[in-house]
Amino acid sequence: MKYELVGGFETHVELSTNTKIFCGCTTKFGGEPNTHCCPVCIGLPGTLPKLNRQVVRYAIMAGLATNCEIAEVAKMDRKNYCYPDLPKAYQISEYDKPLCEHGYIELSNGRKIRILRIHIEEDAGKLVHAHGDTYVDYNRGGVPLIEIVTEPDFRSTDEAREYVEKLQQIMRAIGVSDCRMQEGSMRCDVNISVRPEGSDKLGTRTEIKNMNSINNIVKAMEYEFERQVDVIESGGKVIQETLRYDDATNTTSSMRGKEDANDYRYFRDPDLVTILTSREEVEEIRKTLPELPEAKKQRYIEDYDIPEKDAALLTKYRKVSEYFDEAVDGLKNPKTVSNFIIGSIFRRVETEKDKEAFDVTVSPKQLKELVKLIEDKKIQNNLAKKTLEKMLDTGKSCMEFIDESDLGGVDDSAIEQMCKNAIDGNPNAVADYKGGKEKALMSLLGNVMKQSRGKADAQAVRAKLIELING
Amino acid sequence: MSEIKKIHDLLTSKQISCKELTEKYLKSIESDNGELNAYVNVTADEAFAQAEKVDAKLSKGEDIGLLEGVPMTVKDNISTKGVETTCCSKILTGYKPIYNATVWEKLENDGAVMLGKANMDEFAMGSSCETSYFGGATNPFNTKHCAGGSSGGVASAVGGNIAAYGLGSDTGGSIRQPASFCGMVGLKPTYGAVSRYGLIAYASSLDQIGPIAKTVEDVSIIYDAISDYDPKDSTSQGRQGGMTFDKVNNDIKGMKIGIAREYLEGVRDDVKEAVLNAVKVYESLGAEVIYFDMPALKFALPVYYIIACAEASSNLGRYDGIRYGFKTEHYNGTHDMMCRTRSEGFGAEVKRRILLGTYVLSAGYYDAYYKKAQNLRGTIVKAFDDAFTKCDFILAPTVPMTAFEMGHAVSDPIETYLTDICTVPVNIAGLPAVSVPCGFNDKGMPIGMQLIGNKFSEATILNAANAYEKAAPENFKETKWGVKL
Repeated sequence: MKYELVGGFETHVELSTNTKIFCGCTTKFGGEPNTHCCPVCIGLPGTLPKLNRQVVRYAIMAGLATNCEIAEVAKMDRKNYCYPDLPKAYQISEYDKPLCEHGYIELSNGRKIRILRIHIEEDAGKLVHAHGDTYVDYNRGGVPLIEIVTEPDFRSTDEAREYVEKLQQIMRAIGVSDCRMQEGSMRCDVNISVRPEGSDKLGTRTEIKNMNSINNIVKAMEYEFERQVDVIESGGKVIQETLRYDDATNTTSSMRGKEDANDYRYFRDPDLVTILTSREEVEEIRKTLPELPEAKKQRYIEDYDIPEKDAALLTKYRKVSEYFDEAVDGLKNPKTVSNFIIGSIFRRVETEKDKEAFDVTVSPKQLKELVKLIEDKKIQNNLAKKTLEKMLDTGKSCMEFIDESDLGGVDDSAIEQMCKNAIDGNPNAVADYKGGKEKALMSLLGNVMKQSRGKADAQAVRAKLIELING
Repeated sequence: MSEIKKIHDLLTSKQISCKELTEKYLKSIESDNGELNAYVNVTADEAFAQAEKVDAKLSKGEDIGLLEGVPMTVKDNISTKGVETTCCSKILTGYKPIYNATVWEKLENDGAVMLGKANMDEFAMGSSCETSYFGGATNPFNTKHCAGGSSGGVASAVGGNIAAYGLGSDTGGSIRQPASFCGMVGLKPTYGAVSRYGLIAYASSLDQIGPIAKTVEDVSIIYDAISDYDPKDSTSQGRQGGMTFDKVNNDIKGMKIGIAREYLEGVRDDVKEAVLNAVKVYESLGAEVIYFDMPALKFALPVYYIIACAEASSNLGRYDGIRYGFKTEHYNGTHDMMCRTRSEGFGAEVKRRILLGTYVLSAGYYDAYYKKAQNLRGTIVKAFDDAFTKCDFILAPTVPMTAFEMGHAVSDPIETYLTDICTVPVNIAGLPAVSVPCGFNDKGMPIGMQLIGNKFSEATILNAANAYEKAAPENFKETKWGVKL
């Protein structure tokens, strides 16, 4: 029997506000243990939380960017459980009145992954095992999170990968989170079940935790899918449980079963007041949202004639698309800029993290200056490419590397003369071309380029050669 | 006369220095606290340091505020920076807050001289002060009787003249009931009028800090000093309508006093008689009395115990031995450490309420208890709203009886819960209420009545209370203890 994977995501995203959700402490990553803390975020007796309104704003931005409805009235609840990294013994979260509901993210295959809800909550601290003992670091305690919960709408690991990438792109584009899985500012839990293909019933699901990269998410889902199929095929039943993924062995193991699940005794936090969000405020926030990656990609494809694959690369990282937008502003040929970024520049900015930061020696303005020279037919592409490399090495502008003599294209009559020279000097190549060998034209083209010391526009030369030969 | 004003006059007329005054109080604490057990921690050094500042100002001829230099006490659940704050629980022994509660920050800035931290029921859970880890405070009118609770230490200290006034907290009657038992005036302000920041939570939606003092004027002076909007407390709104102090000496002629019959049911005869005598006093002052029914009040006790315990079960989860306070000595691993710390650190009444609260919030029981209680809370709020369309304030007994004998309350917890019947509705509805002495029983124990107002109508109820105090001064009696000014 063939089986189908059914998956759902619960994603925690750390919001990049300057201060924590209920106090004025910094949200900076790291720091000496317990130095980003105050009486409120370590839950000293008598302290009270005060909601950081920026957190609400960021969550609303996330909601709008994923097509959610924004609640006019929301509230915060206590999720009670006892663990040393949770200093109040409850996490302040939202239980039955989340800020955002009923959204979706559309995938490239046209399927919509429905977002059930997005709610705000506080992060917990961290246990540190050292010197044969366990310590607690509360620096992360109280850092604002949003939890984005999807419906069980995933049918393949490809969809899962694309969803996570898209979510990262959106959150980064609107500037609410850096979504770094390695640093834990984005954490995904995946619910998985399997069912016979064609069935519309949901099977028993398991939840997998502890995956710190997209690749691990995909591997864990693949492993868990196979495992559940094996269990069913061998006549067994999948048990509802929470699993931990181990990337060293690429396996999942049980953390706790259903019967060990906590009763969180949710109730409204009496220390916090109702969160009211006016329609005007929502519309005001909607207006400030930047263009989202998907819309940007479509614009690059339609307006700039950039191939879809390249448009996707340009819009994957917020800084890259910002760089691109700045460089193409006022140019006639954005495609050249795109080629330079994806070619020469990406070769020097290899890792995900580097692309995310996109700290390039050549400024968008400098790149524009270079491409303008091509557009104005002052230099041709090859020379521009070489020049760009030198610019990337030094951070200097293009004019530092281009001689006056390089500048100024070759005029049409000169090109015609050079083409005639090439045809007259290479009768064999001309004959070969006439006999159907397209390639033979390349040696003629090379000859002309040589005569012009690389200054002639290759496109124009090619056209002239064909015109003269077929003449 | 206002105790605070009396002391203020003594200080400004240089009849006594603040240091001498402080010494006098500390000496009385030394001699009398053994029997009253009102203080669990005496802070002589801090008191003298503050007194010196006041004396320095006085010697330079500078003006001082009304509360400046006046010796007082703070209930042990209000955070005082650097001064051990235990909620009279073993589990918080040794805990010294690193920050000040907003109320204490205000009073300290106003120059208040804190003599020490006052005894209370453990985590404010109790009605006799006897669930305190340090034993109960006794009643200055008869030390065989309890001071009441949970703010028993404050009421005992003020009644015993070893503090001029004190700050207590009231979750279900914890200011008014001990004030009533000890013949003092106690104000439970409107929820949100006084910041809760730094008040160690028992039940967050019910807790409110307020003063216990000898006279209505004293209470209004303190209320004006502590009530303010506090950005650190999201539920705080501050005092509304300006100072109350200058509004407590107005005529009450034509005022409408409401009496809900339910409040007089099951009340002991001597208490009922005293309250009805007070009604006559009011009538003689020109007030109009109207009677009505408030059937919703019958839900108040269960609603209170469900909501208070539910919130407490969550609020007290943080005492796990990891960061501060008491920690068990012998254990195997973190889980065992937490279990043992709590088993050894919490007293029986606190455990009982944590269990009750955990139960009512549990999956499968939530709707039957907590949710229902929340709905009924709305019903009670509405009943008061309706009542205040008919009258300016409601007059009721504070407690159905006078102070229990020591040991009585803890022997039967359920019967003791029932004695909160008159005080809890006010907390459920977030209203202000002031308890005022209105007589004595045949054994000489004080009887109290409470004036319940609409939200933020502190000035109204304090004015009416003050009118009564002036008309019936015989109900405000001194005890043999403490400082004689």
